[in-house]
This record gives sequence, C-alpha cells and structure tokens, in this order.
Amino acid sequence: MVRRKIDSTQEPVETPRSFQGLILTLQQYWAAQGCVVLQPYDMEVGAGTFHPATTLRALGPASWNAAYVQPSRRPADGRYGENPNRLQHYYQFQVIMKPSPADAQELYLGSLRAIGIDPARHDIRFVEDDWESPTLGAWGLGWEVWCDGMEVTQFTYFQQVGGIECDPVPVELTYGLERLAMYLFDRRSVYDLPFNDPGSRAPVLYRDVFHQAEVEYSRHNFEHADVAMLLRHFRDAELECEALLARGLALPAYDQCIKASHRFNLLDARGAISVAERQAYIGRVRALAKSCCERWLANQAANG
Amino acid sequence: MAELLVELFSEEIPARMQARAADDLQRLACDGLKAAGLSWTSARAFATPRRLALVVDGLPLATPDRVEEVKGPRVGAPEQAVQGFLRKLGEGRTLDDCETRADGKGESWVFVRRVAGTDTASAAVAAIRAAVAQFPWPKSMRWGANRASWVRPLHGVVALLDGRALEGAIELGAGRVAFGDHTRGHRFLAPGAFAVAGFADYRDRLRQAFVVLDPAERRAEVERQARAVAAAQGLVLKDDPGLLDEVAGLVEWPVAHAGTIDAEFMALPPEVLATSMRAHQRYFTLLDQAGSTAPRFVVVANMATDEAGAANIVAGNERVLRARLSDAKFFWDQDRKARLDSRVPALRERTFYARLGTLEEKVVRLQALAAELAASIPGCSREQAQRAALLAKADLPTGMVGEFPELQGVMGRYYALADGEAPAVAEAVREHYSPLGPGDRCPSAPVSVAVALADKLDTLVGFFAIGEKPTGSKDPFALRRAALGVIRLVVENRLRLGLSAAFDAAHRLYAGQLGDAAGASPAAELGAFFADRLKVALKEQGVRHDLVDAVFAPGGEDDLVRLLARVEALRAFLGGEDGANLLVAFRRGANIVAIEEKKDGRRHDGEVVPADLVLDEENALDAALRTATPVVEAALAREDFAAAMAALAGLRAPVDAFFAQVTVNDANPALRANRLRLLSRIRATLGRVADFTRIEG
Repeated sequence: MVRRKIDSTQEPVETPRSFQGLILTLQQYWAAQGCVVLQPYDMEVGAGTFHPATTLRALGPASWNAAYVQPSRRPADGRYGENPNRLQHYYQFQVIMKPSPADAQELYLGSLRAIGIDPARHDIRFVEDDWESPTLGAWGLGWEVWCDGMEVTQFTYFQQVGGIECDPVPVELTYGLERLAMYLFDRRSVYDLPFNDPGSRAPVLYRDVFHQAEVEYSRHNFEHADVAMLLRHFRDAELECEALLARGLALPAYDQCIKASHRFNLLDARGAISVAERQAYIGRVRALAKSCCERWLANQAANG
Repeated sequence: MAELLVELFSEEIPARMQARAADDLQRLACDGLKAAGLSWTSARAFATPRRLALVVDGLPLATPDRVEEVKGPRVGAPEQAVQGFLRKLGEGRTLDDCETRADGKGESWVFVRRVAGTDTASAAVAAIRAAVAQFPWPKSMRWGANRASWVRPLHGVVALLDGRALEGAIELGAGRVAFGDHTRGHRFLAPGAFAVAGFADYRDRLRQAFVVLDPAERRAEVERQARAVAAAQGLVLKDDPGLLDEVAGLVEWPVAHAGTIDAEFMALPPEVLATSMRAHQRYFTLLDQAGSTAPRFVVVANMATDEAGAANIVAGNERVLRARLSDAKFFWDQDRKARLDSRVPALRERTFYARLGTLEEKVVRLQALAAELAASIPGCSREQAQRAALLAKADLPTGMVGEFPELQGVMGRYYALADGEAPAVAEAVREHYSPLGPGDRCPSAPVSVAVALADKLDTLVGFFAIGEKPTGSKDPFALRRAALGVIRLVVENRLRLGLSAAFDAAHRLYAGQLGDAAGASPAAELGAFFADRLKVALKEQGVRHDLVDAVFAPGGEDDLVRLLARVEALRAFLGGEDGANLLVAFRRGANIVAIEEKKDGRRHDGEVVPADLVLDEENALDAALRTATPVVEAALAREDFAAAMAALAGLRAPVDAFFAQVTVNDANPALRANRLRLLSRIRATLGRVADFTRIEG
C-alpha cells in the first residue's frame, strides 16, 4: 500500500469550509493512503458497512483498501425535520483497510488533521465501543473516537462478518459526516450546515438540499409506508435471495439481503413488528447475509 | 538483587478492564517466575489507557546449580525393584550411574542428579511470553494478518532485568513484537519513543512525557482537580466513586475543565441531568451549597492545551451535552403527553421471562398480590397499593427509560406525579425496585412496601415454580437479592406476615394465568431458601446461625418478626448464667434419655407417674415443670419471649438439684422409667421455645 508520508507539523493545504468540502478532503486524504475511492452503493442501506465493499470484501485473504461515502437510511430516526441532530437519511464516510495496518490510529489521526482538527488543541480520545451488527452476523472490537466529548468516528477491528472469521482482520472507520461537519463549522442545527462553500456564487445549505426530504420521508416511514406491501416485499426479497444463491450468484443475492434489511427497518419504524417478532426478523436477515458471505467467498476462491 | 520491569504497550485498553488486567499481569508473570524456582521481595502492577506495567523487585540474577539425590532400593534388593528404580531415572540408566549410601540398616542405591540453576533472564522472558499467551481478557481480538490475540493491537514490550533489555519477543503470527527498552509517552503531548533504564526512571520519564503511571494517583489527581474546579465556581463536586475510577482509566494526563449547562435544560429532573452527563459523557455533576444540581459540570480531558485549546474543549463538550440534553428534553416532553396508565397495555410486548409470560401479566399479578399484602401492612391503602402496582412497570415503554434504563422507577414517579397520581402511589412506583442490596435504602412508606414486596415475591415464586433456582455462584435472576429484599422489607418495617401464606398467594396468581405450567407451590422450598438467606443476613449482623436454626427447627415459624424476637430472646437467655447452665443440664438430660431409650429400644416420653416420685428433688423438679409449662405457653402465646425464657430460667435450680441428688438408673425399673420420663419433660418444655439440640458451642 503506497502512502503519502504524514507530516503532523504541516498545515493542511486547505481546510474544508463546507459539507461537500469535508467529503472531498477525506476522499483525497484516503486516496493518498492507497485506498480506492468508490462511489455509494446504489441501494437503500442502514450504514456504510452494508456496502459490499465492506461486508463482502472484509472476508477472504486478499488485501483491500477502500473509501467511500454512503448515504444511510434509518427510518426510525426521522424527526420530521424538527430535530436539529437527527435525520432518517444521512451520510457516512467509510474506510476499510484489510489487513488493518499497524499505524491505523495514526493514519486516522492524519485524516483529522486534514479536515482541520489539530489534536494539540482538542481532546481526542479512543473510548471503548464494541461493534455488533446482528443483521450482518458481524462483530468487532474498537472504539468510538471522541473529539472534545463528541463521537466523531467509529473505529472497529472486524473479527467476524456473516458469521465467518475475518482473516486477515480489516479495520473499519466510519465518520458520521453531518455531526463532524456541525462540529467543524460550529452549527447547532444540521440544517444550517453550508453544503457548498458559503463564499461561492450560489451558497446552498443542508436545509435546502434535504429538509423537505426529511419531512416527507418521516411521514412515509412512520405513517404511510404500506405495511402489507412491505411484509410482502420482505418475503419476496428473502425468496429471491435464496433463489439467486441456489444459482451461485452471491452479489445479486446480497442485493436482496440488503432489500430485506431495509424493508425490516421500515416495518420497525411503522411499529409493525412486535418486540417478540423482532429477533426472528433479524435472524432471517442474518441467515441471508451469512449465506451471501459464504457464497461470495466460495466464488472468490473459485476465481482464484 | 535485580529488578524486572515489564511494559505491554498497546492501543487504548477499555477503562473497565484496566484494574483487573494489571492484577492479571502481576499474577501470571509472577506465577511463571515462581514456577522457575525464583523468589522476589515485592511486585506491583499498573495500568494506563495504553499500557500495562509490572515491576518485580528483589529477584536474584540467577539461582545456583544444585544437587538432588534420588533414593533407590537396598543393595541386593530383588531385580524387579532395581529395574523399577532405573526406569524412574530415565532412559538408559544403569546401576553404574548410581552410588551407594550407607545408613544404620545397610547400603542403598542413590542417583545423584545435578540440576542447573535458573537463569532469571530466560525465566523472565518465558514468564512474560506465557503471561501474554494466557492473558484472560474479558474480550480480545486479532489484528492485521496476525493470529495472536490481545485486548487491542499490541505494539511494544519493554522488558528490563537489572536495567538491561531482555532478548525475546512476542510472536504474533505474521509479525512479532521484540522486547526492548523503549516506550512512548502521551499520544499527543510526547509522541516520540524514549529509552528507560529501570522502574524509577520509567515512572519519572513517563511523568515528563505526560503520563501518570499509577491509576490510584491519576484517580486522586482527577478528584483533586475536579474539586478545585468546583470550588472555583463556589460549588461542590457530587460524590461519584465509580465515575472517578472510570475517568482515571480514560486519561493518562488528566486536566479538568468546567462547562455550563444551558438554562433551558435545568427544568429536567436532576436524575436525568446526572444520568445523561454520566452515562454518555462521563461528566461530573456539581451541586450548589443547598445540594441542588448546579448548571455546571466538570469534564476531565486527557490533554493539556493552550487557552484556545481549552476553549475548544469546553465549547465542544457543551455542544455535545446540549445535543444529549435536547434528546432527553424531547423524551421528557413526549413522555408526558401520554398518561402513564395508558402505557400499561404496551407491557404486553415485553417478556418478563419466557416461561413466566409478559410484563403485562406480571402487572396483573402484582396488583392482586399488592392488594392482598396491603392487609398486613399498617396504614397501607389497598386501592393505592393496587394502583401503584398497575403503574409500577409502566415507565418501561417511555422514551426516557428506553434511553436510560437505569432511570426505571425514577421516571415512573415523575410521570405519575405529572398525571396527578397520589404522591404515595408515585413514590411506590419509584421505590418498588428497592432495596437493591444490603447497602440500599429500604422503603418504609406503606404503599411502597406493598409493591416492593409483591414484585419480589412474584419473581421468587415464579422462578422457583419453574425450577430456575440459584445454584452455587449462579443466580442469573438475582433471586438471593430479591429474598434479602423481602427479609429487609418485612423485618425493618416489622410486618406481621406469614411467608408461606404469601408464597402460596403469589403462586395462586401464577396458577390462574399459567394453569398446570405453574407447577406446585414452591412455598416449602422457598421457606428453606429464606432460612438460608436469613442466616446469611443475620450472620453479617453478628447473630449466630445455630440460634436461627434452633428457632426455625420446630417448624411452622414463618413470621420473620416473631422469629427474630425469639432468636434475640434466646441469645440473651443463653448469654446469662441461668441459660448457660440450663443448656448444660438440658444436654446432660437429653443424652441420658437418648442412651437409655436406645438401650431399651423404646421411648420414655409418657406422663410422669406422681406415685413413683420418691425423692424430694424429683418432686421439686416435677412441680417446677408443671408450674413452668403453662407459664411458657402463655408467654409464647402473647409473644413475650423474654418471659418464656425467664420461666425456663426458673427450672435451673431444680434441674441442677435433680442431677446432684438423683440417680436416674435406679435398680427399681419403675423409678428409673419415671425419672427418664421426667428428663424427657425437660426436653419437651424447652422444645416449646427452641430446639436446644441445634445450639452449638
């Protein structure tokens, strides 16, 4: 892996001044560390981890270094655009490096410097936070990284994905971009974030881009999503996933697993799933994820 | 004498694991040294967020070679014995390798084995490697392409013996960590590596590199700074030893700052403020002089900065707290929009325990049981007890308790008050989980006592009925704690409550819901379980367990208040001269009767025949027993146990005189049998009060 030498004394060339600037800076930084910069996966997912570039690539012996933005949907977190801190659609910046490099923490701190957080003038802490995704059958150990008391990144050494042991072990970094931006640009409401450079010819705020979506999707997620249809779609996705796996198609099958997972999240937001049923649904998605991971690994091995 | 210094340098170790890890390092490494035949004068271990360290003092650099003699058979012993001896010595040994030793009885074969001394350096390397390999982290992980596990990636090992780096390494699989003499200080304040020469040098250089090695010292420093910051605001730090421990594990170089809580959040319940600050952010709560929560908090950073940095840190933490408290405020406002009683049906969604049904079903039982218990609790309103039981679990589906489970009950009280419930009902919703342990406050308000008892009795009876009883150290449903809670509630409130009846009542409610699945009433088993818990609880208060046994043994005593009064009276009685003497006489009499009954193959427990009482002392004892018996009975009936004991004390003189003057085993069988009956009467009379055979000492 080719990396730009990190010089902590060097002032960042240009500190981002907007939400999109933050994304561009992180992409440039991680590209310079040898990561392939991917684009978001074109499906509704709850977190950047669901992108096949993480879930599937975390497995198997091949080295893999990637960075990408992933729009993430958490239907139950919708607040009708009224809560300044909560969104049902937000962005994660995701970095996955396999095997985890020995200087993973230093590389990460380099990215903070790149976006304008000088560790000498902040209180940066690595606070225990074990990560688990019951729907992906995945877990890992690591921390939430605190900057002045705020969680800015989830830092995880994956141990298992799809119930399969990771060997070698990848490290996953997940930046919550809105929260990080609110901190960097000192905004109390996510909607007041500068989406592009406030000094540009046509300044745009986060509100301009997403507020209406938050209102409409909150109504959809909580009030109008058709429960009977969602239940049917969940079942369809499950059946299709199994059918595709039977034909050895790991990646298309995994798409169906992602669909099932999102349908489940919507059903959950609609209050259509009882506490007792919840575990069963999670187990069904996990079973799909596990089979997809196994199939993907087998196909990788077969392709040499 | 040499010093061994070990440091295991890694990425950040979870705060909660550090203290135990330091102990484990010391134990495992020292076990390795001991197994190598080494001894030392002292060992100490330390932990910081990024390192475990161990110093062992007073080790020899090496132990000398020594000679061991293996004794064999006599010279001229049978061939079989000789061969057995040689086999024991190892492959290829013959008698040519052995010497002979003469002793008083002749000559024997011996084998002289030379055992090389221990080289401490190699023993230490082995001990360190073994300690790392066996380390019992509660959770550990692999990293990179390695196979080895540690709590987080392990990056460096300092291993110095007598100031010199040991040769060795921890093999990780793909990579290795070589032993050396270099470590690092604070991640940001002193990031470079530096060499250390020994423990004192290590500790001092770490301090210069912004790391306080000793957790106790860090904790003291956190506390000192937090108090100073509070005092500078004219405020007082709220005591929180658990948080001090945790924060000491989150920082290598503590620097405390004061932050401000926005005024709009000060209307939140103080418990919500404190929990939100503590659980998420590890902030300390400050109190004003009146003891109320002040609109300030203390955050302890792991960083020394310039003023601009300090301003960043305070502003950043205030921002986070604002977001956290907005969430809390959202829950607080939302939760109060629905009445607490409207949330009871949502408990249908929550399992109490798979085989014991839902929380909604539990609440139905609690209402009935609390209402029934109310009759035994002076001043308790049946209606209020029932109401409080209905609401007891209703805060569980609220947003606030979903976010902060530790606020269960506390929020229920606030929401009940907001709904206009009676204060006694609201208080009972909060208090019904108590007492949670021996140190926790025990509720005394009648309605609280009723619901607290009902909750615990229901749990105990349910789990016992389906056979989920505590075994050994396993008590997953905290049933011992629940039983102790019941004991405290009953005893401290002096409730006159028959436990068996209460168990049966609780079980009838399960049977009504579960039918045959509820099994038989576990009242008898629970009685024995409670006797054990009571003994444990009383033992901690210095009450002898045999006295509890003596009072329990006659059976039928399940009124804890009466039981304790009997134990106390018995203790006082046996502590006096009359009691102690009577106990001796009782044993003597009981022994004689037991021996003679065995000899005769029949019991001597019939009525005493007055015509066969020939000696004055016999007549006196008979008269005394006839006088005492109704007095004892009457005293017991009115629960005047001191009076019952006093009546027994009156038996002492006639009993002593009887033993001094009367021969039990008279040649006349009729006299003998009558005297044995008289002795049996003593046992029976005393047995009305307690089973004296259970008393030890």
